[in-house]
Amino acid sequence: MIALTDQQINTEEIIAAVQADGAGAINVFIGTVRNNTQKKTVVHLEFEAYESMAVKKMQELADMASARWPVQKVAIVHRTGVLPIGEAAVVIAVSTPHRKASFEACEFIIDTLKEIVPIWKKEIFEDGEVWVAAHP
Amino acid sequence: MQLKIRLFGITKDIIGQAWTSVDIPESAKVEDLMQNLKITYPGLNKLHSVLVAVNDEYAKPEVILKPNDEIALIPPVSGG
Repeated sequence: MIALTDQQINTEEIIAAVQADGAGAINVFIGTVRNNTQKKTVVHLEFEAYESMAVKKMQELADMASARWPVQKVAIVHRTGVLPIGEAAVVIAVSTPHRKASFEACEFIIDTLKEIVPIWKKEIFEDGEVWVAAHP
Repeated sequence: MQLKIRLFGITKDIIGQAWTSVDIPESAKVEDLMQNLKITYPGLNKLHSVLVAVNDEYAKPEVILKPNDEIALIPPVSGG
């Protein structure tokens, strides 16, 4: 399951999507909306995506992870639109035969997603807003 | 040739719309496009990095552009 959505992410659905008989581990990463950044209060976030390219790059991440680790199944779902504090912005789930690989593959996917997937985050404060440049 | 460029994030704010178009010579490269855009929209120069995607792939400066390419400016990403 590789997707962008403007609806609240259903984590249970994503976990179910990576369940496999050969999997002894499922690692799930949930990136959530934090209420502050650099001592400023965040009201909410907005995510914008170049949808066709973002989905393609997310699929490439899943394929790269599957080539490096004994991955059974991968799911990557990212939100777009306006997200309130506490809501999931991204959910990544990876199933593997043993736990170490699922941790490593999941970390690789979120780290690389933040570098190459064309999705942009705008932080909305009480007194302004700013596009985040996570990787100068 | 006339090329249509998709804009996202801060590049959309700088240029003030979700699309722009440029008229550049046949066989122009990605680097020529960027040079043209930076002259037309000087605000782009304040960004430390803007990449160009051609047909959903990051394109190197020497890639030659074609009239029907889908082109997008990619400011620093920040998903996750």
